[in-house]
Amino acid sequence: MTAAPPRGPRDRNAALRRRNLWIWAFLMPTVVLYGLYTVYPIIASYWYSLVEWNGFEAEQRFVGISNYEAVLADPGFWNSVWVTVVFMLLVAPARIVLSLLLAIVLNSPKLPFAALFRTVYFLPVVTTTAIVGVVMQFIFDPSSGPINAALQTLGQSKGINFLGESGLALLTVSAVYVWKFFGITMIYWLAALQTIPRDLYEAATIDGASAVRTFRHITLPLLMPFLLIITVLTIEDTFRAFDLMQSMTGGGPFFGTEVIEIYIYRWAFAASIPQLGFASAAAVLFGLFVMVFGFFQLWAVYAARRLREATR
Amino acid sequence: MSTATIATAKVPRRARSPWAALRRLPWWGAVLLLALLGLLWIYPFGWMVSASLKSSTEVFSGGVGLWPEVFVWENYARAWDDAGFGRYMLNTVIVTLATVVIVVVRCALCGYVLGRYRFPGSRIIVGILVATLFVPTGYTIIPIVKLSLELGVLNSLTGMILALGGAANVSFILIYAGYFRQLPKELEEAAIMDGAGFFRVFWTIMLPLSMPVTATVALLTFLATWNAFFLPLVFSFSRPELRTLSVGMQAFVGENATDWSGMAAAGVISIVPIVALFLFLQRYFVEGIAGAVKS
Repeated sequence: MTAAPPRGPRDRNAALRRRNLWIWAFLMPTVVLYGLYTVYPIIASYWYSLVEWNGFEAEQRFVGISNYEAVLADPGFWNSVWVTVVFMLLVAPARIVLSLLLAIVLNSPKLPFAALFRTVYFLPVVTTTAIVGVVMQFIFDPSSGPINAALQTLGQSKGINFLGESGLALLTVSAVYVWKFFGITMIYWLAALQTIPRDLYEAATIDGASAVRTFRHITLPLLMPFLLIITVLTIEDTFRAFDLMQSMTGGGPFFGTEVIEIYIYRWAFAASIPQLGFASAAAVLFGLFVMVFGFFQLWAVYAARRLREATR
Repeated sequence: MSTATIATAKVPRRARSPWAALRRLPWWGAVLLLALLGLLWIYPFGWMVSASLKSSTEVFSGGVGLWPEVFVWENYARAWDDAGFGRYMLNTVIVTLATVVIVVVRCALCGYVLGRYRFPGSRIIVGILVATLFVPTGYTIIPIVKLSLELGVLNSLTGMILALGGAANVSFILIYAGYFRQLPKELEEAAIMDGAGFFRVFWTIMLPLSMPVTATVALLTFLATWNAFFLPLVFSFSRPELRTLSVGMQAFVGENATDWSGMAAAGVISIVPIVALFLFLQRYFVEGIAGAVKS
């Protein structure tokens, strides 16, 4: 028998080294791009938040924590935090609960045309938010938009200025946001519902359980782990409302729809003299705010796993 | 996830009785309600298409009706040529395709080694990726602009592409890693026996096997980039000819405040390609999004 010559440790080391070289070659594009455009900016923000800096080509002067003091003392910042939180509280429950109800109906094998309906309700998701925002400006226009025209034919003679009053504008934008992103949450729920074995429902039907009872005792408990995940994903989504706000209201009227991202944008890019250090301090605070929810997410994934194992 | 799980599962028909039709009545009621809501749901798109075919005065006179009195096709020519949406379309296509290629290549390579190999530093990389899973653009935009200025790619499509391709979502790498991890080891062992090297194994065996993941990643990246707004907005401040469709639309309203029908035509031009793509490739969009919850 002629065996292959035994490979010495030196051979194996060379092979291992060559393998590691390949591994790092494969990692390089991500290390470079992700490092430059995601990791570095996160770190650089901290430095920028400590300098006075009035333009991208201007000089930076170290000023310590005075930017933070200025941001925290600015009522405009707290307004944007408030708007962000109110927006989140308005849209997240609406998205989560309404889409669950719709998903349950659409998930039933008895419903005709279910696939068509899914497509229709999902359609706004794929459209460009910034363009939808502009179109919505016109749809809600007080003088000649179709919504006010419809209200007039219904007897409401004075038009409603949906985007002209700060309180109402936030509600209007929230409604459009729910309409726009509703389909994603619906798909999440449909995916979750598919994991529930159908024979459980058949057993319940044979036992004569009502639809409400079936929902309370079968559907809801089995959906609990998904509820956690979907809630966190939906909340994180609401931090990215810039596209819709900027294109539909620009943060106005009177800063009534100015979420934190628009606040940062205004100080960094829309001001005649950019306050980049100040804006960076706001960005860092925003990052910390988001990070809290990131931890919440890790916890939710962990809790969801345990819940799923417990209900198995 | 297979299509069968998204499509409603078929239940075996029971024997038809005269009552069966009656029992289905509530469901047809539900269909009616869902259809009405659905019409309301897509009304904004209908309004946009109809306004794009009306004369400016007809759009202004308002009303809920969708059928134009006279079809004014000229609105499209105005949006495409005068308002520059032809140019914006080209920019969007270039930026989107290049970004998709960058994201797919770098995520596939990175996901492959993270999913299949243990090496010094792998846990650190995964840790960093997970820690930065959800970073909003508003947080990173200032350093990105400064960095692009120093690299000399600010105010260029290249700069836009690099920033979009570099900052794109970590979840894709994790999806690739998860997929490559569960492929059986025998696949590559056979190839290594035949003398295939590291790259050959990846290129001829692993990458073709990961087609379903690649399709999903490419589509979701396509969607995100086509619709991107914040970054293209900031990168085209001083160079209007670099605007993408979404930024062009925003500028259009500022520059032509009264041209409603032109605006609507521009909106249709911008949205139709992505909607058409979605209608053709629904399954992948839906599976990609559903995957976020299942994994």
